[in-house]
Amino acid sequence: MSETFLAESIQPTAFAFSEENAKAAEAVVAKYPKGHQRSAVMPLLDLAQRQEGWLSRAAMDVVARMLGMPPIKVYEVATFYTMYNLRPVGRLHVQICTNISCWLRGAPEVVRAAKEVLGVEFGETRSDGAATLSEVECLGACANAPVMQVGDDLYEDLTYESTKAVLTALLAGEKPPVGSQTGRRGACPCCGATTLKDKAGDHVAKEPAKPKAKAAAKPGKETA
Amino acid sequence: MPKLTIDGLEVDVPAGTSVLQAAEQLGIEIPRFCYHDRLPVAANCRMCLVEIEKMPKPVASCAMPAGEGMVVKTQSPAALQARKDVMELLLINHPLDCPICDQGGECDLQDQAVAYGKDRGRYTEEKRAVVEKDMGPLIKTAMTRCIHCTRCVRFLTEIAGVPELGMVNRGEHAEITTYVGKALTSELSGNLVDLCPVGALTSAPYAYTARPWELKKTESIDVLDAVGCAIRIDARGNQVMRVLPRLNEDVNEEWLGDKSRHAIDGLAKRRLDTPFVRRNGRLEEASWNEAFAVIQDKLGGLPGSAVAAIAGDLADAESMFALKLLMDSLGSPHRDCRQDGAALDPAVSASYRFNTTIAGIEQADALLIVGSNPRIEAPVLNARIRKRFLKGGFAVAHIGVAADLTYPAQHLGDGVDTFQAVVDGAHPFFEVLKAAERPMIVLGMGALCRDDGARILGAARYLADKVGLVKDGWNGFNVLQTAAARVAGLDLGFVPGQGGLDTRGILAAARAGDIGAVWLLGADQIETNSLDQAFVVYQGHHGDVGAQVADVVLPGAAYTEKSGTYLNTEGRAQRAARAVFPPGEAREDWKILRAVSEVLGKPLPFDSLEALRALMAEGCASFAGIDKVVPGVWGDFGENGALNPALGPLGSAVSNYYMTDPISRASPTMARCTLEIGGNAKARTGTDG
Repeated sequence: MSETFLAESIQPTAFAFSEENAKAAEAVVAKYPKGHQRSAVMPLLDLAQRQEGWLSRAAMDVVARMLGMPPIKVYEVATFYTMYNLRPVGRLHVQICTNISCWLRGAPEVVRAAKEVLGVEFGETRSDGAATLSEVECLGACANAPVMQVGDDLYEDLTYESTKAVLTALLAGEKPPVGSQTGRRGACPCCGATTLKDKAGDHVAKEPAKPKAKAAAKPGKETA
Repeated sequence: MPKLTIDGLEVDVPAGTSVLQAAEQLGIEIPRFCYHDRLPVAANCRMCLVEIEKMPKPVASCAMPAGEGMVVKTQSPAALQARKDVMELLLINHPLDCPICDQGGECDLQDQAVAYGKDRGRYTEEKRAVVEKDMGPLIKTAMTRCIHCTRCVRFLTEIAGVPELGMVNRGEHAEITTYVGKALTSELSGNLVDLCPVGALTSAPYAYTARPWELKKTESIDVLDAVGCAIRIDARGNQVMRVLPRLNEDVNEEWLGDKSRHAIDGLAKRRLDTPFVRRNGRLEEASWNEAFAVIQDKLGGLPGSAVAAIAGDLADAESMFALKLLMDSLGSPHRDCRQDGAALDPAVSASYRFNTTIAGIEQADALLIVGSNPRIEAPVLNARIRKRFLKGGFAVAHIGVAADLTYPAQHLGDGVDTFQAVVDGAHPFFEVLKAAERPMIVLGMGALCRDDGARILGAARYLADKVGLVKDGWNGFNVLQTAAARVAGLDLGFVPGQGGLDTRGILAAARAGDIGAVWLLGADQIETNSLDQAFVVYQGHHGDVGAQVADVVLPGAAYTEKSGTYLNTEGRAQRAARAVFPPGEAREDWKILRAVSEVLGKPLPFDSLEALRALMAEGCASFAGIDKVVPGVWGDFGENGALNPALGPLGSAVSNYYMTDPISRASPTMARCTLEIGGNAKARTGTDG
């Protein structure tokens, strides 16, 4: 059994969906045709993780029973995706991408800042339970590299300084603005447009079309 | 019917055939690890890469359906290079421990590395290591050797129906693991060892005992259940080292149950290797002549009506035939091959056989199982039922103690009243059977060994007429035997003759003193304390309960030590072959009986096994052809009358899969399985948390 499963000591003996989540789970299962309830395994695992903060074996067994799946098939799914936390995480789950785009754009600096602020290494949780630091693969926001995900929020265009600022604020219970930390909108270029600079109507003014003259020139060429 | 060209040869194949299968039809072998023709296609080892014209990259031929006009090259430089690269990747993390690996010599990876591997690796980084898994007492793991073909996962999920293995994590960290570290609970788990193309899963009882090239291989059949699986017995010197399945599409395909595979260490334990004679209340070693003299002394003075014989579950047809002739010549009509008292009617051969045949299960469209748990009585046959179930359109219902049969069987109830309701047409499943084109019923020994067994048989016979179980080209009436000797015994007439007593009658008469001598031919599952007063001869190979009450013990040969004919539950005549010699003074059973007949002054009319077999085939058509099924004759059988619910629920005749006969009861491996896995399927299910 993989390391994540071997942590028997931390496994709770039981799990149950809260009333609200049980309803939500029912709604998810109802989306799939009869006999294909297994398709709901990922959303249900996500619900369980949101409820408890992490995914215990008891929770996976409950999901397996709900969907009529062998437990091992649920474990396969849960261990395949790194987004499922098979160990408890802190209040803040700080995930930093170190893949190539982020790395080229300064991910090591982001990592350094995070380790300094949080005082933990990758894979560790602060003793006060405030935060867990994880190294993750691509978070799907390469245009805004380097990127860090905390909970459900992405913080983008990070530097050593901005990472420190964001994490310090988060630790203090504040809510720093999510998205790009350099102030750009979405994934727009950082220093103004580089393409499609023309405004609507520009082409008409600069280069008026002369379709008739062109059409008339062609037969003339042939005859010449 | 797409037509394609493979290596310059044209071939027509049915739509849906893969390129790999099409190549096989041409006799072109494409290397593979994960592909197995009885398992779903996974296409994850990439060893079967081929080049196909107009396709930009090499293609996994196991998963690529053959297309019209495809031009496939299996031996082009690109294809060969692709396979070499795959092999290099597979070997990156595979340890170089072939000299200490039990798979060595019969390892797919080793063989194919010879063809496609480089002579040295270019990988200088650290290799990964994987923690061993506990898969129970039968499977030894070395998970670092695993190449993630997932054959084991697919076998357990699909064929065995016990999804307890899976691959967790991903990429570099992927590993095959059991269901949170529990032993596998499948009765077919031994097949994982055969399926594993590397040495990740090897046989635990066989670990480090022999190399494949030093074993003498004998093709034989298994007799530890009534299915008669084709096996290969691997022996070194005079010791059976292991048993592997052999291909027989009609019976076991290529699977084998764990008991049949691993009970063989019981062949070396508790053996009767010399005759014994009871003197002053104790069994003492004796010579053959001494033993025969005692038998002559005791039997010589008795009238035929005071002598009886009971045959056990492992007896071969030849010895039962010889014993029957011997009893005839002594003038005794008291004999029975139904030591469990099953209400089987010897007069109608179709009444005690699996008439549909095992392969025929795949044609059925509805099935009712009564008083049987095929999963533990005949796991390979059960896998065939599951195979049929997976194809869809198959209604299965079960009457008996609830159990996980590995396929969803509708549990109608556990008592005879439910069965009566189905027979009367009061239960909805009656209509299901009636509406089915090819309905089947399987009656187990759990139903027929009861006091009202004959009535249950009669009720089933009545049901057969009502729902049309027997029609042109289809016989859906089946009895699932649990004893390998049973069908042959019934066919040969090893049942009470004119005025003779059956097993229960013999035991009662022995208790009352009316029967003075009883010959037990490997019969152990009887109430032996009834035999305290009688003179008991036990002829068999294990010192089990039968030998303990014996006055004379004659050491016989086990199924691996003699050439013997068996009829399986279908009535298929098959021959077991001798792989090793019987230990010590033990002899083949027919020879012992021939010698005894001489001593008693009534010599049997044959001097060789051939002569015996010729005589046996003369009187019984079932033995005319080996590997053939002579269809049973249909007729009237069973008793009419009310079934008795007071006798309790319909259980299975087998309570512990791992221990059903003298050989498996003597086996240390089977004892470990009983302890660790538990022999009873009803106490555990694949989805219990």
